[in-house]
Amino acid sequence: MKVMISAFVAALLIATAAPLVLNQFGWSSAAQTSAESVRLD
Amino acid sequence: MNKKLIGVVALVLATLLFNPVWAQDIPEPERSATGGAQTLEDILRRQKQLEVDDSFRSQNLGNPENAPSVSAPLGTRGGVSDSENWRAIRYNEIEPTTQVRGPAADVLIQDGGMPWWKLREGPMITYGGGALLAIIGLLVVFYFVRGKIMIDGGPAGTTIERFKAVERFGHWLLAGSFIALGLTGLITLMGRSFLIPVMGPDAFATLAAGSKWLHNNVAWAFMLGLVMTFVMWVAHNIPNKLDWQWIKAGGGIFTKGHPSAKKFNAGQKIIFWTVMILGFSVSLSGLSLLFPFQMPMFADTFAVINSVLGTSFPTDLAPHEEMQYANIWHSIVAFVMMLAIIAHIYIGSVGMEGAFDAMGNGQVDLEWARQHHDLWVAEVEAKQGKGGSS
Repeated sequence: MKVMISAFVAALLIATAAPLVLNQFGWSSAAQTSAESVRLD
Repeated sequence: MNKKLIGVVALVLATLLFNPVWAQDIPEPERSATGGAQTLEDILRRQKQLEVDDSFRSQNLGNPENAPSVSAPLGTRGGVSDSENWRAIRYNEIEPTTQVRGPAADVLIQDGGMPWWKLREGPMITYGGGALLAIIGLLVVFYFVRGKIMIDGGPAGTTIERFKAVERFGHWLLAGSFIALGLTGLITLMGRSFLIPVMGPDAFATLAAGSKWLHNNVAWAFMLGLVMTFVMWVAHNIPNKLDWQWIKAGGGIFTKGHPSAKKFNAGQKIIFWTVMILGFSVSLSGLSLLFPFQMPMFADTFAVINSVLGTSFPTDLAPHEEMQYANIWHSIVAFVMMLAIIAHIYIGSVGMEGAFDAMGNGQVDLEWARQHHDLWVAEVEAKQGKGGSS
């Protein structure tokens, strides 16, 4: 059962990290649909 | 004789020509009262879902030759009014330019959105939800008819290692994320119809936003689990002649004996390939939805299907149409996966004594293993020698 719980925790960790990583690479929706001259933040 | 025949043919043709039913499928309403706009007849035909000749709108796009001079009122409009401009956009008669940049920015009106919305809110919910309830009902009936599949003669008391920790981790990563995706997907699809009347729009808005966040982000865990389980188990899931024997014996569900099987029996192989193929497909359509307009797939897929099967699926799709196809396909595949996984959860838990241990702690009863995976047990014992856990 420990493996099962750790896999569920890993899924949540991946879910938390995913948007941060995507934003880091400029793959957010905002970045994808705007030009370089647009300041997003 | 020939003259008579020609005369008869001419009479028939003339009758057909002047018969309003044959000569004109769609009656042309009198539009002088509405100044050329749609009439009550048009509206009634549309309500009866009869074909409406839209040419009075699609061809009414203004005439630049009638434009007044630029110094006159509205002269700079070039003889085209706002409504004529929008009609031209709707019927794809002009190439609009916008200051917004992006792959779908120049699609200002897309009629295909309504059929998609109706399909999503209607048959998708009705048949998808109905299928889920049906499989749950069938399994309940099956449980009361067949009962729990027990270990013949009772458990041996000694165990054998069925799955290593990394295998169970991959399985639960896939399973946990799939359940989260399934529930949040159902909330997204059906919440508007079933949850808003119960919990109200404000509370549902919070739930829907949370569901969307979880669905979009836990998808990566699902894809990782899919790759892990594929790499670890694909070699054990190659179909062979033994599977046919297992299927012919119905897996031993309704008989006393247990057909022979290696690490995975034919039923498990069916689940494996169902999850792998549909999981890959649902991941692709999910990625297409996750990165809007960045990964269009359906036009190319339809082109391949058309070239192979000679069909005529549309290959010139607007960016929004690509997203609509991806959304519908994503839902259909997800529902089929949910049906298979619900059956898998049943047989892996309440449906069979000792089955959950395989993924619970990895150790299964030796007698259970011998009855359901006799050839695999023989292989393990031959490798490591007879004894307890291996």
